[in-house]
Amino acid sequence: MIGKILKKLDDKFLKGEPRTGELFAVAALFDTPDQIIHAAEKVSGAGYKKFDVLTPYPVHGMDGAMNLKPTGIGWVGLIAGMSGTFLAFLMIWWMVGINYPNIFGGKPYFNLPASIPIMFELTVLLSALTLVGSLIALFMKLPANANPLMDTDFVKRVTSDKFGIYIEAKDPKFKLEEVRTMFEGLGSTSVSNIHEAEYDLGDTKNPLLNGKFIGALLGTSVAVVGITYFVLNVLLFLPPFDWMHRQPKVLPQTESKFFKDGFSMRKPVEGTVARGFMPYEFKGMPDSLVVITPNPLPVTQKVLDLGKKRYDSYCSPCHGFYGKGDSRLRGQFPVPPTLHSVKVTNWKDANIYHVITNGQNTMPSYASSISRDDRWAIIHYLRVLQRSANAPDSDLETK
Amino acid sequence: MSLDATYTREIPLVEGKTSFREIDDVIARPTETKPNIKWFIAIGISSTALLIGAVCLGLTFWYGVGLWGNNQPVGWAFDIINFVFWIGIGHAGTLISAILFLFRQKWRTGIARFAEGMTIFAVMTAGIFPAIHTGRPWLDGYLFPYPNQHGLWVNFTSPLLWDVFAVSTYFTVSFVFWFIGLIPDFATLRDRTTSGIKKAIYTALSLGWRGSNRHWQHYERVYLILAGLSTPLVLSVHTIVSFDFAVSVIPGWHTTIFPPYFVAGAIFSGFGMVSTVLIIVRKVFDMEHIITVNTLEKMNKILLATGTIVGYAYAMEFFIAWYSGNPIEQFTFINRAFGPYSWAYWIMFSCNVFFPQLFWFKKIRRSIPITFVLVLLVNVGMWFERYVIIVTSLTRDYLPSSWGMYFPTMYDFGILLGSFGMFFTLVLLFAKTMPVVAMSEIKAVTEGAQPSHKHKHE
Ligand code: HEC
Repeated sequence: MIGKILKKLDDKFLKGEPRTGELFAVAALFDTPDQIIHAAEKVSGAGYKKFDVLTPYPVHGMDGAMNLKPTGIGWVGLIAGMSGTFLAFLMIWWMVGINYPNIFGGKPYFNLPASIPIMFELTVLLSALTLVGSLIALFMKLPANANPLMDTDFVKRVTSDKFGIYIEAKDPKFKLEEVRTMFEGLGSTSVSNIHEAEYDLGDTKNPLLNGKFIGALLGTSVAVVGITYFVLNVLLFLPPFDWMHRQPKVLPQTESKFFKDGFSMRKPVEGTVARGFMPYEFKGMPDSLVVITPNPLPVTQKVLDLGKKRYDSYCSPCHGFYGKGDSRLRGQFPVPPTLHSVKVTNWKDANIYHVITNGQNTMPSYASSISRDDRWAIIHYLRVLQRSANAPDSDLETK
Repeated sequence: MSLDATYTREIPLVEGKTSFREIDDVIARPTETKPNIKWFIAIGISSTALLIGAVCLGLTFWYGVGLWGNNQPVGWAFDIINFVFWIGIGHAGTLISAILFLFRQKWRTGIARFAEGMTIFAVMTAGIFPAIHTGRPWLDGYLFPYPNQHGLWVNFTSPLLWDVFAVSTYFTVSFVFWFIGLIPDFATLRDRTTSGIKKAIYTALSLGWRGSNRHWQHYERVYLILAGLSTPLVLSVHTIVSFDFAVSVIPGWHTTIFPPYFVAGAIFSGFGMVSTVLIIVRKVFDMEHIITVNTLEKMNKILLATGTIVGYAYAMEFFIAWYSGNPIEQFTFINRAFGPYSWAYWIMFSCNVFFPQLFWFKKIRRSIPITFVLVLLVNVGMWFERYVIIVTSLTRDYLPSSWGMYFPTMYDFGILLGSFGMFFTLVLLFAKTMPVVAMSEIKAVTEGAQPSHKHKHE
C-alpha cells in the first residue's frame, strides 16, 4: 500500500513534464569560476540582454561581469524598518496615551523611554519580514517552479558543482547557431538546448470556478467555523479550562445553603451606618410631607452633561430618552406616565428627588445606585427635557 | 583564505582541491541514507526525556501550577530559570551566524547552519516556559495588544511585555534568516534526490531556486542586512530579559550591570551548548572532517573569553554591593555565597569561572573529551547562575519575616528534563532531514572557489 503510494509519487515528481514546446534557451556548463566570469563578460559584452548565469554559490565579481545594476533592496529594508519604528510609536501612544489612559507606577500615560524597547523590536521585525518577503516575491520572483529550466540536467549541475550560463531564445540578438558556437568557443563542456515544458493545465478558463477549488474553499470555511465554535463555546467550558470559574463562592441572586435565612447577601449589622451615608429623612413618607429644598447644584453645562449621562443610563429604559414614557422594556415592566405632564412640570425639584430616592408605587428607589449629586443633576436635565418639549413661541424670537 | 578554509581542506578526498560534488555528498548523506544505530540511540534517549516532560506538563495543565514548588516568597522559579537558560542558549547561534558573519570569520561556515537551527529550537523551548507559567496558557493571547472584549491594552511600561515582543521578534527573524540560508541547499537536495516524495517536499521548500546570479545579487545583500539586523536584535533580547529583573526593586536584581552581564552569560552558555551538541552530532553523523577540531578550538577560545567576562561580572556585583553601602544589597551577596544556597553559588562559580580557565592550555582546547566535559560543566554552571540569581534574591529579600525557602518538586525537574528532550529531539530530527552545513556557503570558501584574476570593480 505505502509502496504503491511512493511509486505513484515517484512517477509524478521525478519524471517531470514532457519537453515538446518551443526552444526556450541555449545553455552551457563550465567547470571553473574563471571560465564563467569570462563567459559572462563575453555574453554581456556582445549585447545580449536575456541571459543569466547560474552558480552553486555567489561568485565574486559576477555582477560586474554580467553588467548588473547594484541592488536596491537595501532601501526596502530601510523604509520598512523606519515604518516599524513609527508604527510602534503610534500604536503605543494611541493605546496607552489616548484610547485607554492608565497610570502605571506613577509615570505619564505615554512615556517614551519605556516604549523604546518595543519600538526597536518592531523596527527589526518589520524590516526583516519586508526584506525577506520582497526579496522572494518581488526581487527574485519566486516561487518559480514552472520555470522551463527546472528539472533539466543543466540546473541539476549548477545547483551542485558546475557553472552555467544561458541565453533565452527571446533575446533579439539570439541566433541558435551563433550562440552555440560562442559557448563552445568559450570552452563549455556541455551545450544544450532547453525547450519549454508542456504543462497539462486542464480547463483553466476560470480557475476560481473550478469545482475542486470551490469545494476546498467551502470545506475549509466550514472546518474553521466549526473549530472556532467548538473551541470558544464548548472546549473552554470543559475542565480544566473552566476550573477558574468553579470556585466555592456565592454568586449574586443565588440561594445560600450556609445561612439560615437562605440569603447569600448579608445585611449590615443593625444600627451601622456606612461612611459618608446620610439617611433620607422623608423615606417612605407621602409626597405631601416632603419639605421643599432647592436644587443645590448650579445649572451649568457640566452639570447638565452629567445629568444627561445619568438619565440616559438609569431612567431612559423606562421613561424613554425624552421622558415621554416610551419605554424600551417592551411590556416587561409597567409603562410609566410621561414626565411632561402638568403635574411633574409644576413639581418642585424636591418632589422629583423624592420619587427617585423613595420610589413611587411600581417605580423602585434609586437611592442606592445613584449618588445624591447625580440625582440632583438628573433633575436639572429633566427640566431641560420638559422645557424643550414645551418651548414657548418666545424662544424663537431673536434677541 | 589560507587560514579559514582548513576544515574543507581536511575533506580527504581529492588532493589539493575538493570537488563540490563531494561536499554535497558528505553533507547530504544523512538526508539520503537510513540513520545509523547511534542516531536511534540518541533520539531514543531524547524522546524519552521529552515524553517525561510532556507528562509532567500535562499534569500541570490539569491540576495547575500548584504542582510546582513555586510558592511565597518564590513566585518565579524553574519556569523563569529555564526560560532565561534556553533563551541564552539561542544567542550563540545568532552570534555565530550573524556577528561572526559581519566580522568575516569564515570558520563559522562549518557550524553556522547548525547553530542557527539550535537558536530556533532553543527559542522554541524557551518560549514554552513563559507560556506555561501564566497558569492558564490557553489565555496567553492576552499577552499581545489586540482589540479585545475588555477594551484593555497591555502594559507597555512592563519589561515582561517587552519580553513578549523581543522573544517573538527574535524567533521570527531567526527563523526567516535560517530559511533564507536554506533555500539554495534545498534546491541542491531537490536536484539530487531519487525519491518522489522528498523531491516534492524539497521542491516546495526551495521555491524554484536555480542559483541565478540575478537572484544571488539581491540574496547576498539581504543576507548581509539580516545579519546586521540580527546583531543588535540578539543583544536587545537578552538585555530585555535582564530588565525583567533589573527593573524590579529586589536586592541583587536592581543593578545596572545586568544587561551586559546577561548578554555575556548568554553567549557563554550558548557556546557551551553549541559545543556540546556539535561534539555529539559530529560523532553520530560521522562529520568529524567538517566540524573540525580547529573549529571547536576557536569556540573554546570564545568560551574562555566570555567565561572570564562572566567572572568579572560576579566579582563586580560583590564590589558594587559593598561600595553602595546599602546593607540589604550587602547582605544579599553574602547570603548568596555563604547562605543556605551557597552550594548552588559555588557550583555556578566553579563551573563558569574556574574550569573554563583551563582553556588557556592549547592541549586542553584541542582535546575533544576534555572539551566535552568542560562544556557540560558550563551548561550546568549557567543553569545554576539563573538559579542563584532568582532563588537567593527571592527567598531572602527585605523583611526577615517574609523569608522562606524554595523546594522544587518532581514536576519541576520533569519539565526541565523534558525541555532538554525537546531541544535534542528537534536537533536530531533537523540533522536527519536538512543539510546541517550550508553547502552553498562552504563551497564559496573552498580553495579555488572564487575567480583567480582580479576584476575591474574589485
Ligand atoms: C424600572 C422602570 C423605571 C425607571 C428605571 C425609572 N422610573 Fe420613574 N417611574 C416608573 C413608573 C412605572 C412610574 C409610575 C409610577 C406610578 O404608577 O406612580 C414612574 C414614575 C416616575 C415619576 C412620577 C411621574 C408621575 O406622574 O407620577 C417621576 C418624576 C419619575 N418616575 C422619575 C424618574 C427618574 C428621574 C428616573 C431615573 C432616575 C426614573 N424615574 C427611573 C418607572 C421607572
